[in-house]
Amino acid sequence: MPELWQLSVSEAADLLRRREISAVELTRAHQERIAQVEGNVRAFVTTLDDQALRDAERLDQRRSEGEQLGPLAGIPIAIKDNLCTRGVTTTCSSRILEHFTPPYDATVVARLHEAGAVILGKTNLDEFAMGSSTENSAFFPTRNPWDLGRVPGGSSGGSASAVAAGEAMVALGSDTGGSVRQPGALTNTVALKPTYGRVSRFGLVAFASSLDQIGPFARSARDAALLLQAIAGHDPFDSTSVDAPVPDYAAALSGDIKGLRVGVPAEYFVEGVEPGVRQAVEEAIETLKAQGAEVGECSLPHTRYGVAAYYIIAPAECSANLARYDGVKYGFALRGEADDLIDFVSKTRAHGFGAEVKRRIMLGTYALSSGYYDAYYLQAEKMRTLIKQDFDQAFEQFDVLVGPTSPTVAFELGAKTADPYAMYLNDVFTIPANLAGIPGISIPGGFSEGLPVGLQLLAPAFEEARLLRVADAFERVTDYHTRWPEALNAKRGARKRR
Amino acid sequence: MATAPTSTSVEYEVVIGLEVHSQLLTTSKMFCRCPADYANAEPNTHICPVCSGYPGVLPVINEQAIDYIMMTALALNCEIPDFCKFDRKNYGYPDLPKGYQISQYDRPISRNGYILLDVNGEERRIGITRVHMEEDTGRLVHREGKNSYTLVDLNRAGVPLMEIVSEPDIRGAEEARLYMEKLRTILVYLGVSSGKMEEGALRCDANVSIRPRGQQEFGVKTEIKNMNSFRSVERAISYEIGRQIEVLSSGGVIHQETRGWDEDRGVTVSQRSKEYADDYRYFPEPDLPPLVISREWVERIRAQMPELPDAKSKRFVEQYGLSARDAGQLTAEKALADYYEAAVAAGTSADTAARAKAAANWTLGDLRRLLNAGSLDITESRVAPQGLAELLDLIESGKISGKQGKEVLEKAFASGDTPAAVVEREGIAQMSDSGELERIVDEVIADNPKAVEDYHAGKTASVQFLVGQVMKRTRGRARPDMVSPLLLGKLGAP
Ligand SMILES: [Zn+2]
Repeated sequence: MPELWQLSVSEAADLLRRREISAVELTRAHQERIAQVEGNVRAFVTTLDDQALRDAERLDQRRSEGEQLGPLAGIPIAIKDNLCTRGVTTTCSSRILEHFTPPYDATVVARLHEAGAVILGKTNLDEFAMGSSTENSAFFPTRNPWDLGRVPGGSSGGSASAVAAGEAMVALGSDTGGSVRQPGALTNTVALKPTYGRVSRFGLVAFASSLDQIGPFARSARDAALLLQAIAGHDPFDSTSVDAPVPDYAAALSGDIKGLRVGVPAEYFVEGVEPGVRQAVEEAIETLKAQGAEVGECSLPHTRYGVAAYYIIAPAECSANLARYDGVKYGFALRGEADDLIDFVSKTRAHGFGAEVKRRIMLGTYALSSGYYDAYYLQAEKMRTLIKQDFDQAFEQFDVLVGPTSPTVAFELGAKTADPYAMYLNDVFTIPANLAGIPGISIPGGFSEGLPVGLQLLAPAFEEARLLRVADAFERVTDYHTRWPEALNAKRGARKRR
Repeated sequence: MATAPTSTSVEYEVVIGLEVHSQLLTTSKMFCRCPADYANAEPNTHICPVCSGYPGVLPVINEQAIDYIMMTALALNCEIPDFCKFDRKNYGYPDLPKGYQISQYDRPISRNGYILLDVNGEERRIGITRVHMEEDTGRLVHREGKNSYTLVDLNRAGVPLMEIVSEPDIRGAEEARLYMEKLRTILVYLGVSSGKMEEGALRCDANVSIRPRGQQEFGVKTEIKNMNSFRSVERAISYEIGRQIEVLSSGGVIHQETRGWDEDRGVTVSQRSKEYADDYRYFPEPDLPPLVISREWVERIRAQMPELPDAKSKRFVEQYGLSARDAGQLTAEKALADYYEAAVAAGTSADTAARAKAAANWTLGDLRRLLNAGSLDITESRVAPQGLAELLDLIESGKISGKQGKEVLEKAFASGDTPAAVVEREGIAQMSDSGELERIVDEVIADNPKAVEDYHAGKTASVQFLVGQVMKRTRGRARPDMVSPLLLGKLGAP
């Protein structure tokens, strides 16, 4: 039998239901795993040791009383630290919110509580979700369990590493330009960005409101389906959440992709894609073909403008979204050193925000300024429409599109911190889905020199079930998703207690 | 009033556009469920994470506010397009918790309306550019002194605001005041605004410029702020017009700027130059999808519209036979019009036309005098509409005279008793006993031989003197319509 922390959600839920294991045991197993590897991985900003155990105890108690519990009852989960948790600090890995404790739960957090999930802790991210390596955290960088000298991707690097390292069974992240899928690709996890509006954003600390979407990390398509099931659906507190029925995602996992029309966008196999990544993706496509999928080439001609459009729209929205952090109402405030109100606010923000956040606030403020709005913001919005049209046309011929999630495997810590533009380009294949609002998933697609390669699948809006079906079918004939990072194994033995 | 005389004999035309903000009388705030009424609330008690701009929260539109704005738009003859959108207006100030205000930039709820004004008997049509939705800010309380500091109260933050922008069609300070008063009347009629300028529930900024008569281009405008009453709107604009004329006449130039009205000194004062104007960096609000307004929705609102002042005034003329002037005065305040109609309806006398006329005279005359003397609102009148109707019935039936009626109204108003109770208590009644009246007439004839002689000599006017004497002796209790015939009968042919 595998270790408890290695179980999948469906396995664990079965064992819990049959009372072969308790929620406390399962939680404790994860907490021990965290104690064992966290010193190297550093996925968590906050762990909820006692609170998680109390939640687990309460669930065990209710189960022993015969109560019908939610679908995720007792499942240990990690939450990205830009999702508000009532009574638990929500820092966004920023100095400015270092001690901020929300008086409310994000809708997804409330739904997880309802489903019975046990929250283990809050995970590290690039400050305010701005970055692709989790090195922009104001606190510390998170490391990739597959190579501790490398980044886990970002901005949801903490959630990705936690799931990859077995510190959490599943996790939630947020994806604005690839912040779920890219770390998923770099850590060999299943990482889904749902359709814009599929999951409520209420309580997700906004980075770029028209692009942000919350999504699950898991170690299998089935687990991702179960987690998505728990959080998807309309929320009256989010006017952009869509009031459309939520299908049964697990039921869609038929394993059958015969006749599925798979499009391969030529623009996703260009210069800059590492040969190892290209090779793994091409092999994965052959696998899909072998399973009966009909593979053909397609074109998304405006792909190369996606990054440019994104780096206008996202900073523009962020410049407004981050204006509220002025030190007056909550969060960090630089007291005692200011001459006047304006001085107080600017000093608070100068100390409270990191370099990348400031860079984007300035970029966005500039792009929206009088005289530049038409040249930048409006042009970017037009490009967004063209990118949407690219997808509309591609989906007339294909059911899903497939390509690499990221042009590279995990890179070394510090490799790109000096060059923001190189960092931005890491999201070239993930950004278009955010601009178009369509769902995308990154699944373990192979390895290149021992490092994971992510395979990205894209589908039309609200076709998450289709993405999960393909991912699950792929898992049935491959074993990439079942592999555990060797980098942590050596150290595991020494402190193993069970 | 379209002309301002000048010393240099250049005739200037005044051009004014008004931007009016009105708080809406909705139950809850614009984007959350906090109560919108913050009067008398302790600071920061009507707040929640949404209206305090906490991280991660999202706005949800208050449909009642949209209903109210649509109602206003229809009352101002505006078009309501099929959809509108929301935008962020970015500026930083601690009373603005999100660092931006949700407003509407290029797709407002409505546009292209007008309002009709009666300016000294002339009908003026003032265009309405747009009516759109905004949210109010919080309030800052500054504590001065050695350790000065500022407190923030967010009770008002997120209260729904409606902005009504006029075309630059207003041609004088008085006209601006009349526009504000008419607008207020309409908003109060609709029940969407308290209309109270003094409390800041209704606010007005004025864009004022002048140009030589006949010139097509507009002159440089100044924006006047801080006018907290209808009177100060007129005073401030009037001052500003004079100031601009003086500047131009002496060869100076007007600078585009914001000027604040100083009520005490009676002057406008430069606040800041528009050259350093804020760049609000408007962009579409990503948290709110565009609002689609169906024609069914518009028609549902139209069906709910109350009768508006112009229509009511017209109806009063037709239904009650009032003069346009009286009808206009009665309908200027919805509460006054309601009072009037209730008084007419409560009367019992058969002559409804006379009753309606009398009710108008008494409401606009003696009752209003009493209200003004006590600085009271019609809703605070201590004589209810039923009371006024009772008074009119007492007069109509001859139980008391009109003159006695004034006394009864005053006493009823002072005590809060009904007119009938006052009459009863004070023993006020007309002399309806013709025997007693006859005796007094005989006495008056006997005591005034000179007047009787004059009468018989053809000086018929002396009858009026004798009637007066009778009234005097009865201390006004006699009915004049009974005194004259009786007197003439006794005197015989002249
Ligand atoms: Zn509120």
